[in-house]
Amino acid sequence: MPTKKTRILIAKPGLDGHDRGAKFIARALRDEGYEVIYSGIRQTPEAIARTAIQEDVDFIGLSLLSGAHRELFPRVAELLRQGGAEEIKIIAGGIIPEEDIPFLKDHGILAVFGPGTSIKEIVDFLASQGHPPYQGKD
Amino acid sequence: MDLIAGVLAGETRAVARAISLIEDREPEAEALIDALYPHTGRALVLGVTGSPGSGKSSLVDRLIERERRAGRTAAVVAVDPSSPFTGGAILGDRLRMQSHAADPGVFIRSMASRGSLGGVAAATADAVKVLDAAGYPTIFLETIGVGQTEIKVVELSDIVLLVLMPGAGDEIQALKAGVMEIGDIFVINKRDLGGADKLREEVEYVLSFKNPQGDGPANPIVMASALRDEGIEELASAAADYRARLAENGGLVHRRRLRTERELEGALTRRLHELLDVHLDFSRQIHGWVDRLLRKSARPYALIDEQIRNFLKEARP
Repeated sequence: MPTKKTRILIAKPGLDGHDRGAKFIARALRDEGYEVIYSGIRQTPEAIARTAIQEDVDFIGLSLLSGAHRELFPRVAELLRQGGAEEIKIIAGGIIPEEDIPFLKDHGILAVFGPGTSIKEIVDFLASQGHPPYQGKD
Repeated sequence: MDLIAGVLAGETRAVARAISLIEDREPEAEALIDALYPHTGRALVLGVTGSPGSGKSSLVDRLIERERRAGRTAAVVAVDPSSPFTGGAILGDRLRMQSHAADPGVFIRSMASRGSLGGVAAATADAVKVLDAAGYPTIFLETIGVGQTEIKVVELSDIVLLVLMPGAGDEIQALKAGVMEIGDIFVINKRDLGGADKLREEVEYVLSFKNPQGDGPANPIVMASALRDEGIEELASAAADYRARLAENGGLVHRRRLRTERELEGALTRRLHELLDVHLDFSRQIHGWVDRLLRKSARPYALIDEQIRNFLKEARP
């Protein structure tokens, strides 16, 4: 019997080392039954895209506080396309100015969650994409 | 199926998808494994086990570095536990290996245990076959941090590295019954910490009681520091020597035979279990059987005999 589980890569591109938010999200998603791969801080877009492809994740959650999101996030999306993995969806969090969101959405970022987003909002969003929390036991 | 061709060509995306099919127990996974099977058996599978925090991932990271310098590709399957309550998992072994993340010659796959005991996942054995067929000459299989019973790695590996660290106190005494017996090569990591020499003596002492009838050669002990990149050459050459000696004395053939036997047994048992559901609706019917047993209106072995008769009747084509 198939037992499909949703896999999510949580990654921090760029140079800021503030990973509390990313770790919090990773744990919260784990508690909802998702399999979360955490790859740590200061990842290049190349490393993130390659990690996502090897891990065959359904989503990448990018977290960034440094302000370089306009360059780094679209680059990840572009590398996924080049790697033939455009079906991997990218969502983003961190400190992203409101006015940048349309630009990011035009460049392969499916959704942006600002500070103060509840886990429920994120889980509801994942469910709306066909990836509800895992029900049942192992 | 172009997935098969992709795996055999070593394409990252195909290898990754194939492992997902296996993990998710998709119906096409079994045909995929059968197609890849003739191409397996070339890789050296190095199991890496040891208690949580002993530095397994960091050591693997260093060993990969060495393989890459020698111009060889490498693959890793790293297993972390699933939560028994939610089924979720945080897979963080990659953190210590991310220096290789952008290197196309290194394939790292994190895997949640998904309820399997023994320190590896049910899908691990078949994932290793995929990586083997994809042409990775060395596959590192990193287990969950072991306690005393997470010893399944020995059934999946050619050689097992048991990673220990000083400062774990009398832990070695507790380990000696179970985990100590599965190690081929003993790595004392964090050798720069105090107590490393004492730990080495303890390991030597425990090993002196080891059954000399085992198939392995004498067990090397290597002092290393993954952090400082020390002892890695010694570890790699100890592994190479050990493998050569195992190949000479027939141990490697013996281990692979045993591995095949266990895998076959496991897969067959899983299939039979699924057939129980198909022909007896087992998962639902069991509740009624339990009721009958608790009411004492049935006896356990008579009930089993009755159900096996039903099963055989149902299963007949």
